[in-house]
Amino acid sequence: MSTTVAENERRDLALEKLDEVVIRFAGDSGDGMQLTGTQFTNTSALIGNDLSTLPDFPAEIRAPAGTLPGVSAFQVRIADYDIHTPGDAPDVLIAMNPAALKKELKDLKANGVIIVNTDEFNARNFTRAGYTVNPLEDHSLDKYRVFQVALTTMTRRTLEGMGLDNKSAERCKNMFALGMCYWLFSRPMESTVAFLNQQFAKKPLLAEANIKVLKAGWNFCDITELFHTRYEIPAAALEPGLYRNVTGNTTLALGLIAASRRSGLPLFLGAYPITPASDVLHELSKFKNYGVTTFQAEDEIAAICAAIGASFGGALGVTTTSGPGIALKSEAMNLAVMTELPVVICDIQRGGPSTGLPTKTEQSDLLQVMFGRNGDSPIPVIAASSPKDCFEVALEAVRIATHYMVPVVLLSDGYIANGSEPWKLPKVEELPDLRVEFRTDPTGFLPYERNPETLARPWAIPGTPGLEHRIGGLEKEDVTGNVSYDPANHEKMIHLRAEKVERIARDIPPLAVHGGESGDLLVLGWGSTAGAITGAVNMAHKKGLKVSRAHLRYLNPFPANLGEVLARFERVLVPEMNLGQLALLLRARYLKDVQSLSKVQGQPFTRQEILDKIEQILEFKPYVH
Amino acid sequence: MSTEAPTLTKKDFTTDQEVRWCPGCGDYAILSAVQQVFPELGIPREQFVVVSGIGCSSRFPYYMNTFGFHSIHGRAPAFATGLKLARPELEVWIATGDGDSMSIGGNHLIHTLRRNVGVKILMFNNRIYGLTKGQFSPTSEIGKKTKSSPVGSVDYPFNPLSLAIGAGATFVARSVDIFQAHLRDTLRRAARHKGTAFIEIYQNCNIFNDKAFTYMTDKEHKDDGVLQLEHGKPLIFGKAKDKGIRMQGTEMEVIELGGEFGPQDCLVWNESLHNPATAFLAAQLLPPLFPTAIGVFRNVEEVPYEQRVVDQIQHETERLGLGKLDDLLRAGDTWTVSEHGAVS
Repeated sequence: MSTTVAENERRDLALEKLDEVVIRFAGDSGDGMQLTGTQFTNTSALIGNDLSTLPDFPAEIRAPAGTLPGVSAFQVRIADYDIHTPGDAPDVLIAMNPAALKKELKDLKANGVIIVNTDEFNARNFTRAGYTVNPLEDHSLDKYRVFQVALTTMTRRTLEGMGLDNKSAERCKNMFALGMCYWLFSRPMESTVAFLNQQFAKKPLLAEANIKVLKAGWNFCDITELFHTRYEIPAAALEPGLYRNVTGNTTLALGLIAASRRSGLPLFLGAYPITPASDVLHELSKFKNYGVTTFQAEDEIAAICAAIGASFGGALGVTTTSGPGIALKSEAMNLAVMTELPVVICDIQRGGPSTGLPTKTEQSDLLQVMFGRNGDSPIPVIAASSPKDCFEVALEAVRIATHYMVPVVLLSDGYIANGSEPWKLPKVEELPDLRVEFRTDPTGFLPYERNPETLARPWAIPGTPGLEHRIGGLEKEDVTGNVSYDPANHEKMIHLRAEKVERIARDIPPLAVHGGESGDLLVLGWGSTAGAITGAVNMAHKKGLKVSRAHLRYLNPFPANLGEVLARFERVLVPEMNLGQLALLLRARYLKDVQSLSKVQGQPFTRQEILDKIEQILEFKPYVH
Repeated sequence: MSTEAPTLTKKDFTTDQEVRWCPGCGDYAILSAVQQVFPELGIPREQFVVVSGIGCSSRFPYYMNTFGFHSIHGRAPAFATGLKLARPELEVWIATGDGDSMSIGGNHLIHTLRRNVGVKILMFNNRIYGLTKGQFSPTSEIGKKTKSSPVGSVDYPFNPLSLAIGAGATFVARSVDIFQAHLRDTLRRAARHKGTAFIEIYQNCNIFNDKAFTYMTDKEHKDDGVLQLEHGKPLIFGKAKDKGIRMQGTEMEVIELGGEFGPQDCLVWNESLHNPATAFLAAQLLPPLFPTAIGVFRNVEEVPYEQRVVDQIQHETERLGLGKLDDLLRAGDTWTVSEHGAVS
């Protein structure tokens, strides 16, 4: 990780400039690792680094202390250039206990830095973590640079005389680790100090204690000469503009509010708490002064039914959930298909099947949202590719839903939802105009008369004189919307609903190919694999390999040029965090023999994994150009 | 939107759709009562939305010339809650049945009642599944022989009113399809209630559960079999007004009037008690030990759910000012990257 070495003027301390570093904070669920990682991230964002984060925490709120299942980790990659992933392997591991060391060590780079809290390295914790001998003494860590620090002891000492009980004092130890990292990577402490003052505004003693420990961590490094090198990661050359560090769930919430404002429709969220989607509900619940109504429903079904009710009433109906929630909502999704009402269904995917891996990421709901309903039931599907992309995708989902009078599925996943990256704030006046018109003229009103262009039916909301009408889940007669069991009419309506969704392809951008427009290999992805694919293809280019990439935002309908793009490439590689769901769709739709690269470990792809596959494919290429 | 009260008639609330319930079905009487009451309410027709789930009763919206939504099985209260939150000024009525609301939609029903959403729920109770052709329902009596219980149902039934009262419903009533005057009066009272109004309407299914309520609707049984709850009046029944209900400890009991007891010994009905215990006791007034109580069991004022939601939004908007999108995007820690790559 070294580039240039400068001398520190104050004393004999090397200051090494790095172009990037990957740090993983790992500890017990109660050790505050997510908070520590987030603070390090926000501070790095404010000094202008490009960054990407990967939180990885257990589903249990507090698994038994000191055990492997209880380990909570937060990985952040900071760089002085444009990056797309949180990094394949950490350079630095902060292990707050033996379990964290054991669970996270396998990913650490050779010669990587390990900082351990020696206070937790005792016989009881070795047993809990499954160590038979002390790993700090058996030479198993010889290929790493290990720094042993009695974090808990020093934290307790720092707070002596403040009148805090032992437990409260010890809980500050994550700030000691953070202070050390701030020193080690030359970060300012101001934003974390401000955060702590705000966080503990009502408990000034705790604010003071945490700040004191943070500074103690910094000072400890500054005076003990534990580290012989300090590192610096300069700001990245990002596009000029105003930036903010965002997680996908935050951006999704902001995008929905923006869509509400740009459409003039009040936002109504019906939601039932579910990991990893709940943060969207939390976020939107804060913005009542933006006219946002959040309804925490009694279950997933009520959440979407309420959203459909709100849409029928002329609001922007949205529901947020994850895979198991989609399973419960599928009947109501079909009600929106049949009644042709705009509803946005956000699926923040997690590991399945069943309850699966609630806190881990996966892309395995694609086929569920495409086909998981009775009848021929087409629903447009679009997917966000990164935390910041959720903003645009939310606006686009609302545009499609209201313009075509259809329910729309927006796919995100746990990796996007909880991961963060810098986001260049858009200008409000440049956001798309999403204004909608309700039907008001009663003359000749028929509920299922269609716009000849979009095939959308009129949005006729209660309270409008002369537009009284009845709709529901029974098959509709074409144009009148009356209940109809006529066989020919049913077939016509099935085709009309399908045609309406197909026509959206006329109204979305063609798929863009990065790299050669044709060639031996195209890496085609969707959703959160975007960063890893981009990184892998960039690495392949550096090795001189000829490979192109493209990324699908629109999964139903596909962009109009997709078939033609696929045909231009000898081979197509489709990396997905499932067993090949997009690959299945592409094969079915375009008869293209795409190759699937599948990973279902609850963890995102590394760049290396995709690069290895690219190299493998190109090596076995039958033709030589 | 029109705010003047128009003069409407029953005909204004009748659609051109052919009514497709079985001839002789109790649903016709309920439809007729609702179509008579709606025009009396002084509310413009376009303000009404009739919402339903699935089942015979749930065809109701198609026959009401208002806005209507025929949703999916059991979900009408959830749909209606979203609608009412988005448009609190609308007059939202739900038509549902004992299968739709007590079985598949039980969860939505109890949560709508506990939240006190300002909707009216007309629960047609015929104690049978009609649309699926005759299986026992959650209100069928134990031992009932049906297609799915050929040797008798072993399920204990729900008492819908107990359920509603237990869920915290603020307006709870019972009426009967053929007691037209009583039904219309109950509908009018429900219409005036702010918050959830729950009415159980005994409804005869003449195909799959005929004569289910004749024990109380027949001429010969009516006087002794029905007890009308009237606010402020003693609980007296019987052809000769010779029977009454009194409180004995924590129980209700039937007393014979004229001898030892007089009307002064009877419980004076009070539907507005905040404590739901008496209403719950009255919900147990059922045969064979008691006449079937009808009327308003509970009628208390609580702020409706949609009002609480709207108030909170208004309060926050007054406190923080109407949100500006630009402020929202710029909230939190931000930094500027200048043309030269400098960060500030």
